[in-house]
Amino acid sequence: MSALDPLHRTKAEEPPRAPSAWARFFDSDIWYSFTRSPVTVVSALIVLIFVVGALFAPWIAPHNPFNPAELNLMDGFTPPMGEAFSGNLYLLGTDDQGRDVFSTILYGARISLFVGFCAVLFAMVLGISLGLLAGYRGGWVDSLIMRIADVQLSFPAILVALLIFGVARAMLPRSMQGEMVIWVLIIAIGLSDWVQYARTVRGTAMVEKNKEYVQAARVIGIHPLLIMLRHVLPNVLGPVLVIATIGLALAIIAEATLSFLGVGVPPTTPSLGTLIRIGNDFLFSGEWWITLFPGLALILLALSVNLLGDWLRDALNPKLR
Amino acid sequence: MIRKPMIYALLLGTALGAMSLEASAQTLRFASQSDALTLDPHAQNEGPTITLAQQIHDPLIIRDDEMGIREGLAVSWETVEPTLWEFKLREGVKFHDGSDFTAEDAAFSLERARVPPSDYRNYISSISEVRVVDDYTLHIETSAPNPILPQQLTNIVMMSKAWAEEHGVEQAQNYAEGEENYAVRNAMGTGAFKLESRAPDERTVLVRNDDYWDADNIPMEVERVVFTPIASAATRVAALLSGELDLILYPPVQDLQRLEQSPDIQVKSTPENRTIFLGLNQGADDLDSDSVEGQNPLADKRVREAINLAIDVDAIQRVVMRGQSVPAGSIAPIYITGYQEEFDQRPDRDLDRARELLAEAGYEDGFSIDFACPNDRYNNDEAICQAVVGMLGQAGIEANLRAQTRSLHFQQLQNGELDFYMLGWGVPTFDSEYIFNFLYHTNDGERGSWNMTGFSNERMDELVQAMSGETDLDARDELIAEAWEIALDDLTYIPLHHEVLNWAMQANVDIPIRADNSPRFAHVTFD
Repeated sequence: MSALDPLHRTKAEEPPRAPSAWARFFDSDIWYSFTRSPVTVVSALIVLIFVVGALFAPWIAPHNPFNPAELNLMDGFTPPMGEAFSGNLYLLGTDDQGRDVFSTILYGARISLFVGFCAVLFAMVLGISLGLLAGYRGGWVDSLIMRIADVQLSFPAILVALLIFGVARAMLPRSMQGEMVIWVLIIAIGLSDWVQYARTVRGTAMVEKNKEYVQAARVIGIHPLLIMLRHVLPNVLGPVLVIATIGLALAIIAEATLSFLGVGVPPTTPSLGTLIRIGNDFLFSGEWWITLFPGLALILLALSVNLLGDWLRDALNPKLR
Repeated sequence: MIRKPMIYALLLGTALGAMSLEASAQTLRFASQSDALTLDPHAQNEGPTITLAQQIHDPLIIRDDEMGIREGLAVSWETVEPTLWEFKLREGVKFHDGSDFTAEDAAFSLERARVPPSDYRNYISSISEVRVVDDYTLHIETSAPNPILPQQLTNIVMMSKAWAEEHGVEQAQNYAEGEENYAVRNAMGTGAFKLESRAPDERTVLVRNDDYWDADNIPMEVERVVFTPIASAATRVAALLSGELDLILYPPVQDLQRLEQSPDIQVKSTPENRTIFLGLNQGADDLDSDSVEGQNPLADKRVREAINLAIDVDAIQRVVMRGQSVPAGSIAPIYITGYQEEFDQRPDRDLDRARELLAEAGYEDGFSIDFACPNDRYNNDEAICQAVVGMLGQAGIEANLRAQTRSLHFQQLQNGELDFYMLGWGVPTFDSEYIFNFLYHTNDGERGSWNMTGFSNERMDELVQAMSGETDLDARDELIAEAWEIALDDLTYIPLHHEVLNWAMQANVDIPIRADNSPRFAHVTFD
């Protein structure tokens, strides 16, 4: 616990209180280990580029692929740097609808990252709450939650997400499906992924709840909910952070998989997965760029996030220091 | 200097190649994406099933490769009275078992196809009685005058009465209930091919009928046909490229170029007997799925015109369909009676005029509307719809694409839930009436069952009803022409294109492509 403690204090306080927290952050061994790992620095840079690119896509991207009125169908299937029918230049070529692949990757990454972040956040909140509850309370609550978790864990996450997505779509009125699809996607991926968090948090919470500080808090009559949130939660956040980072990569891939299978975001507002699916039909006919570039972007993004997660796991693990 | 030996080598190679092909040329290895559902020729009205049945059996009237009709087992037919047809049958035709084909067999077959559980009964529902006059004369009574009876008979094939009685298959197989009978795996007809062996979904082998009655008029070069259903398009294409197959149906559009570039492969295409178009709900007072309150923008013909002018069908043809479509000016496939080339002309795309028309109709700022599309029914259906969304967007109409699987799409369409939708319509009778009957007549529960546009025109209804009873073909053509005028003037549907059909085959194989997508193996020639 003492090894984890300084880290969490810095993490938790980092953004609002700028100077001192920043100073402490740059002074910490986390930052030290970060700067000593070139792979991690490169990964972080790539993720940063993706995040900035996605956030500022409307300003960076040369075209807006999500506005059908801006598309010129006759520009369809233009190869990278090739001459398009309209005379426009497309850096990475165009897809079958004349969408600029580069712009679509930026806009698509926006969807992928947004869905990924929200899904992870949702899974995290759900998993932590249930895990804390199970670990702290124990007894039948614990058994119930953990058995549900076990059952869900025996199915592949993507299958669970597919199921939830299908049910949710069937329940929503048709007119709302278009607008709700991203939220349905987030909930489907989030729900399929909460188990990891719950299990980890439960394990740590069970250890922590028998420690003296929790006992002390209980003795002076603090409400169990407060004990869980104020005292136990900060001590389980370390591993959760690691899972969340790796979970982000998984969520991005899950979104891509769902979209690839054709149940994700609609083709008029393609995410990376949708783009890869569209491009897949044209692999054998020679239009390789439609699927290759979004595919590369997805690999790069997922790999970088994953490497960051790996590094974070090592950096936060006192035994490896 | 170096080239000469190469040319010789090439020539030699070609010669050798040709010789080796000569030796194996008599077998045709054919693959389609699915197998015939049954061999019973009256059980299932379905593409691949009809294709196989038509090799083994013959109809009274044959649909030829150009989609016209010609004499089959009947040599002449005429109406003696408005509701009475006299068919003279071909003499000297023998079944595969050597027995003679007579009027008894024809009457038996028509009767078998006319009653449940036959799936062909809708084609000939107008027949009320079939009478044998003599061995080669047949009288067919219809409940009302039916001038297109010959068109409707081309998919009704003839069986042997004796054979059916011997094997207890006097009734068609009840496919829906999963019935099995002798005719499901066995078949015996008058056709150009005899059934040699049948393993459903695996392999069906046919051998040439050397005593075929029409042998002098058609090539009959194929000695054996080996038919293997292969579901995966990629596998089918790969098998054709590697020389394991001679002829395949449904090569994917994007692979056509690769196939065409291969010197050993040729691809044949023809406009299919099907037109793709957009339907617009003009009948409702207000639409649920649009942004306009209190009125229905689609009810205004100017809006429909604007939509028509905003869509660039040529661009769709060039990019989305890769040339595999024929832009259409009406929803009539080019083969049907009543089709006129002049009304298949589309106006050029004119965005300015489209915006002008929208403004005139009071929609300067455009409007939004849901646009429903199947995504697994027609060639590239979803991609076409995406392109349409973009084109309409440029005119100011924001179409929200709802693409879904065909079962949901058609279910919602039939429930009248769709205001703006894509539909394709094939015409198995090759006659305009089939279109008017389903798509233009007021949807009154009996006729107009696929008219989900709310279009209702008294004169149109009169014309449709008159057309089905008119026996004077010239007068009928006039009715059809007038109906088309009304239909085109109203712009009830926005036509997109006629689908194009592709068959891919080895370069040494030649077969006339048919718009009904049903190859006749006896017409194959080998180089």
